[in-house]
Amino acid sequence: MKLLALVLAAPLLLAQAKPVLVPDVSQREIRIAYSFTGAELLLFGAILYPGGKLPDDEHRTDLVVVVKGPVQSITVREKEKLAGVWVNAQALRYRSAPSFYAIASSRPIERIVDERTRAIYELGLDSLQLSPASSAAPTVQDRFARGLVDLRRRAGLYVEAPRAVEITQDVLYRARVSIPARVPVGQFTAETFLIREGKVLAAAVREITVEKAGFERYVARAADRNAVPYGLVAVAMSVLLGWGAGRLAQRV
Amino acid sequence: MDLYLPIANLSVNALVIIALGGGVGILSGMFGVGGGFLTTPLLIVYGIPPTVAAASAASQVTGASVSGVSAYFRRGGVDVKMGGVMVIGGVMGSLFGAWLFRLLQASGQIDTAIAITYVLLLSSIGALMLKESLEAIAVTRGRRAVPPRRRRHHPLVASLPFRMRFYRSGLYISPLAPLLLGFGTGILTILLGVGGGFVLVPAMIYLLGMATQVVVGTSLFQILFVTAAATMVHAMTTKAVDIVLAGLLLIGSVIGAQVGARFAAKARPEYLRLALGLMVLLVAGRIALGLGWRPDEIYSIELS
Repeated sequence: MKLLALVLAAPLLLAQAKPVLVPDVSQREIRIAYSFTGAELLLFGAILYPGGKLPDDEHRTDLVVVVKGPVQSITVREKEKLAGVWVNAQALRYRSAPSFYAIASSRPIERIVDERTRAIYELGLDSLQLSPASSAAPTVQDRFARGLVDLRRRAGLYVEAPRAVEITQDVLYRARVSIPARVPVGQFTAETFLIREGKVLAAAVREITVEKAGFERYVARAADRNAVPYGLVAVAMSVLLGWGAGRLAQRV
Repeated sequence: MDLYLPIANLSVNALVIIALGGGVGILSGMFGVGGGFLTTPLLIVYGIPPTVAAASAASQVTGASVSGVSAYFRRGGVDVKMGGVMVIGGVMGSLFGAWLFRLLQASGQIDTAIAITYVLLLSSIGALMLKESLEAIAVTRGRRAVPPRRRRHHPLVASLPFRMRFYRSGLYISPLAPLLLGFGTGILTILLGVGGGFVLVPAMIYLLGMATQVVVGTSLFQILFVTAAATMVHAMTTKAVDIVLAGLLLIGSVIGAQVGARFAAKARPEYLRLALGLMVLLVAGRIALGLGWRPDEIYSIELS
């Protein structure tokens, strides 16, 4: 009897439940090889509504996709003119700045959620949790954060793409995020948020690995782990090339 | 043709880098300098991180000096004893330079230090070369009498203790002088990625008073070993030697150097020195302007 009651009540229970996201990415692995000039990630998926019914109210369903690179501990320096020369003066250290951050949304993010929600979920370049390791005045911290975001935005490492998420018939969605060639290696995450009426109703995460492959991986490892043989190879290469060219030129 | 540089962590157009190496190679073949003083700033302008640029440019200078050294050896134009003393000084200088490099890097002043050192060095050497070559040109045109040839070392050098004989150079001086000279250029090699030939050659002529026929060969000999040592030091400390970048630069520069050497055989040496002096001053002026102008980027990021 209990089971029967549960089965009968299921549609009612589901109607109370939240929608579920089924996300995927076009590439789980990005391999950096000799001709790597960046990659294009396609993030797509479906929204499963409880009971398979689309909501019939007038509120819009919004989707936000955030791709984040591994966090880095960095120092941001600010140049100042001292005695006629521009030198690095003030510096601020950040314990965990994302090395890559791209946010794509179906509408401009500030129209989808309020500031508090943006801060909680780190939605938008103004809401990044950079955790500065300093007791500098808030105005100074703001200035440095703006400098950092601006620098990385122009390098293509921080991206804000409002309206880049396309939603088809309120069920399927897709977004493209381009990964620049200067991207750092490591574990990336692609988070997808389903938002209605300013509330995050569902979230899902997929991981993406960015790594160097083949020759590039071999070289980067050798330089890091076998510094002495690596240096010797570099020296031998320059000596051989220089000597070889000299010998060739004598014959010609 | 895009190629990813595994240490610099960015992709570059391989043909541009090869062309850059080739251009520098032509100049180095023409003027008998390594060309590092051009490579490093040009790479930085292209967007390569300064540390990687300095570390990888040194190996290009190694390649550029190899064929020169072997040519001078055949002609007996290398004072191995003098060169050996300078190499010892150079290796010590490069180790000291690596320590200085890290110190400056930690305080965030490495870029400014590199730029200021370039300006001071290049402007003084450039001015010296310009003056000397203009005088030489005046002499060849018969407008001025040949100045009395004085080949004597600087009084300071003469006052140093432990004198020994350097037969090829025709000198009886203290080895401390070439040792210090090598030490100084070793620091420059690490910091700037230059061989230091443009400092060594005038210093060997005007300070040490070496016989001119062994000056260039011996300086190339010293540069060959010290840049090789600097590459090793960078590989072990900063880990910033990008072998792909170095390879591309080398392919361009070793070919360029041979082309340049043929040009040089046809040109008059005093005009070559005049041109080199002007070019050195131009590079110094450009870097000096960069220091005074408001930079494009006020902020910079480094991993810590």
